[in-house]
Amino acid sequence: MAAADTVTVNLAVPRRRPTLPPMTGKLATGLIIAGLITLFGLIGPLLVQDPAKIDDIGLTPPSADHLLGTTQTGQDVLAQLAYATRGSLIVGAVVGLLTLILSGFFGIVGAYAGGWLDEAFSLFTNVVLVIPGLPVVIVISAYVAERSLLLVALVLAITSWAGSARVLRGSTLSLRSRDYVLASRVAGERRWRILLVEILPNLIPLLASQVVFAVIFAILGEAGLSYLGLGATESFTWGTMLYYAQNGLALRLGAWWWFVPPGLMLALFGAALSLINFSIDEIINPKLRNQTRGARRGWRMSREQIRRAKESTL
Amino acid sequence: MSEPVLTIENLSVDYLVDPVVHAVRDVSLTLRRGEVLGLAGESGCGKSTLAYAIVRLLKPPAMITSGRAVFHARGGGDIDWGDLGPEDLRAARWDKISMVFQGAMNSLNPVISIRDQFEDIFTTHRPAMSRRDRRLRCGDLLESVGVDRGRLTSYPHELSGGMRQRVMIAMAMALEPQIMIMDEPTTALDVVVQREILRELTRLRDEHGFAVVFITHDLPLLLEISDRIAVMRDGAIAELGDAYQLYTQPRHDYTKQLLASFPSLTGDRGSFLRESA
Amino acid sequence: MRYLSRKLGFYLVALWAALTLNFLIPRMMPGDPVEIMLAKLGQKGPVTPESREAIEAMLGTDSSRPLWAQYGDYLAGLANGDLGVSLVFFPAPVSSIIAQTLPWTIGLIGLATIISFLTGVGLGTLAGWKRGSWMDNLIPVTTMFQSVPYFWLALILLFLLGSVWPVFPLNGGYDVYNVTPGWNGPFLASVVYYGTLPALTIILSSIGGWMLGMRNMMVSTLSDDYMVTAEAKGLRSRRIMMRYAARNAVLPSISGFAISLGFVVAGSIITEAVFSYPGIGSALLQAVGGNDYALMQGILLIITLSVLGANLLVDLLYSVIDPRIRARG
Repeated sequence: MAAADTVTVNLAVPRRRPTLPPMTGKLATGLIIAGLITLFGLIGPLLVQDPAKIDDIGLTPPSADHLLGTTQTGQDVLAQLAYATRGSLIVGAVVGLLTLILSGFFGIVGAYAGGWLDEAFSLFTNVVLVIPGLPVVIVISAYVAERSLLLVALVLAITSWAGSARVLRGSTLSLRSRDYVLASRVAGERRWRILLVEILPNLIPLLASQVVFAVIFAILGEAGLSYLGLGATESFTWGTMLYYAQNGLALRLGAWWWFVPPGLMLALFGAALSLINFSIDEIINPKLRNQTRGARRGWRMSREQIRRAKESTL
Repeated sequence: MSEPVLTIENLSVDYLVDPVVHAVRDVSLTLRRGEVLGLAGESGCGKSTLAYAIVRLLKPPAMITSGRAVFHARGGGDIDWGDLGPEDLRAARWDKISMVFQGAMNSLNPVISIRDQFEDIFTTHRPAMSRRDRRLRCGDLLESVGVDRGRLTSYPHELSGGMRQRVMIAMAMALEPQIMIMDEPTTALDVVVQREILRELTRLRDEHGFAVVFITHDLPLLLEISDRIAVMRDGAIAELGDAYQLYTQPRHDYTKQLLASFPSLTGDRGSFLRESA
Repeated sequence: MRYLSRKLGFYLVALWAALTLNFLIPRMMPGDPVEIMLAKLGQKGPVTPESREAIEAMLGTDSSRPLWAQYGDYLAGLANGDLGVSLVFFPAPVSSIIAQTLPWTIGLIGLATIISFLTGVGLGTLAGWKRGSWMDNLIPVTTMFQSVPYFWLALILLFLLGSVWPVFPLNGGYDVYNVTPGWNGPFLASVVYYGTLPALTIILSSIGGWMLGMRNMMVSTLSDDYMVTAEAKGLRSRRIMMRYAARNAVLPSISGFAISLGFVVAGSIITEAVFSYPGIGSALLQAVGGNDYALMQGILLIITLSVLGANLLVDLLYSVIDPRIRARG
């Protein structure tokens, strides 16, 4: 949950270098799935045929020639999936990067500078936050007839950075008043140097989790937009595949090989990123590890002992 | 020598992690009715763990691995704290032994009023009490620790640190328990407020006759308010004795060391320790 | 009081920003929406000078008038509640289309969001309270649901419960053939019946977020000092859970409502599209499909205002349940 500006985010701040997340089952699963999908998006398009190539065989189920079958117009689904994966990942990456820049600028710089700049940035952030993003994106897309993948990503990023900025602002405010930051200030270190050396490294876990969120949001948002026919024109993404599948009545015709793969990819990738975020969250807020299943593995207590302990305390 | 109210026998607490940490080792002591027993020692010596172990508030992986704590009721009859089932244990807490915590600043719930936090105690432990009596009693309790009863409607953030700690003490007295365990109750407060609260505490103890287990790392403070003092080190009791005796004739080297570490007003390190004969 | 005036001030600024954004979008975009609209309107019927003016005020004319004057016209038009004429639903005015569709959306999204929030927070409370139990394993499953796009889940639900086992109707807001709209039993029953599947979609997709947030806050809250106090006080665990843990842990979920509501609204527009629900989301998509810029802008404005209103309500509620915020201002 994103913390509001009234809630101080609990940061476990090691003086400088944040620790890497411990390699848990969740994290490993997330990394492997996300890694495989990324690999598929990178290499896949080089190996498959032209995804737009029309063939008069029409809608066919998976076969040796077409591993994931073909669409209504005989296009190879696997080829489309490879290009769509690349497309969706590009959108995710661009939005992730832009969110990092925008939320870092409005969240961290504002909070660190303080004074009227912080007030102004924070007001701006909150206003952007309460104006719902997707309707604006829909309307903007409606005005622009030719939409490139980058344009879609840009519009998504502009409407979605504010939540992250608010979270980052909260943490920066609390970091700014830490003793060691005050100490370096007294020691006469330059302000930008304090920001880069003392504050930023401690924000890395939080930044990472916000970027991961932004990527999930962007890929889902793009899929929704494409499904409405308002996504990037002339590009393949998981969303456009679903849009064409829906228009081609894939659901009614029972052409599962057409509409299941892109949806599954979306769900898998989203879930993988969420799993990664779980692990990052536990670094940001070590309290989350208290008394949980994961923590118990490190104990040398029998079930019976735990049961007895549960009787006497929460 | 008055009768005992709490007997701790060979109590050990381990943190069952890898490797196992022995936080409290084979501690035995007796708390007498109405006395102030000081528990001193450096941070991490297991004094807080011992306090939590007495009322079984330890969270896993901390576990009592041996020994027991027996409470002796006023009218006779012993209660082995370790034998209580979950419901009896709950009912006995606060009623027999209440606590004032280390993080007293944060031990009040920030979002519900002082009154609600007081009344919780009565609605749970004294369900027969009428609403009017409850209100009255809460006000009386607050006044007894020198806080205006109008403060009942306040929220914790509206009170100063000292006042919050007084509220905690008032709450700890709500059910007239026979034992109050205080875990570093004044550590976060400034010296003047600390004085006032300690004076108040001594007075209340004289009036109500509850026994106090007072835990702190501040040995000089303990010397002032305690009847007896136990010095803990590495989870075990190094020395237990009458406060005056411990001050004048420390037997254990560690006690001497500890006493020597506090400067006197003249600033000479170690001069706090009065050289005994 | 200070908190209240600050919040109201903020929402005034946000309102102004929303109105201005709505004013700027059509003017900054390529193409000439006014010309396109007027040309298409002309094909459907005579365009009165009044509706021409209204459309020009909303969407901007070519630069014959300076921008600030256009801004004035625009605000004056809004003050009169005049949002222009719809192209898709010609000759109905935009405001009447909104009045027709908004109740459907507020009913559907409002109810679904409330149900989802309460259930999610309830489950999260339990999951956090019994942390370390099997419920910890439930969290990744619900997150999986969250990662599934709304429309995909909607399509699957529709496929399973609409086509394979036809338990629920495929689309629409009520049975148009057999019941008459109004405050009568059959109509309301039909609305509930038709709304179940869309609502289920919204609930399933958004519940995981509420649950995870609440669970994490519960776990953090449980290690706070006042929890130990409550326990030492010998309170019953039910009371500790509700009055101490959940009471405090729910606060960030409520203050984070603004962020979440944006997602829910976005997802709901798409859900409406899948189910052809007669709400404002479907109307927006029809407007987009038919280049009905006036309707589009009107709907964008109303959605934004509704979200602002909902957030204002939540902020007011928040000030009631968190006494600290009132003091801080």
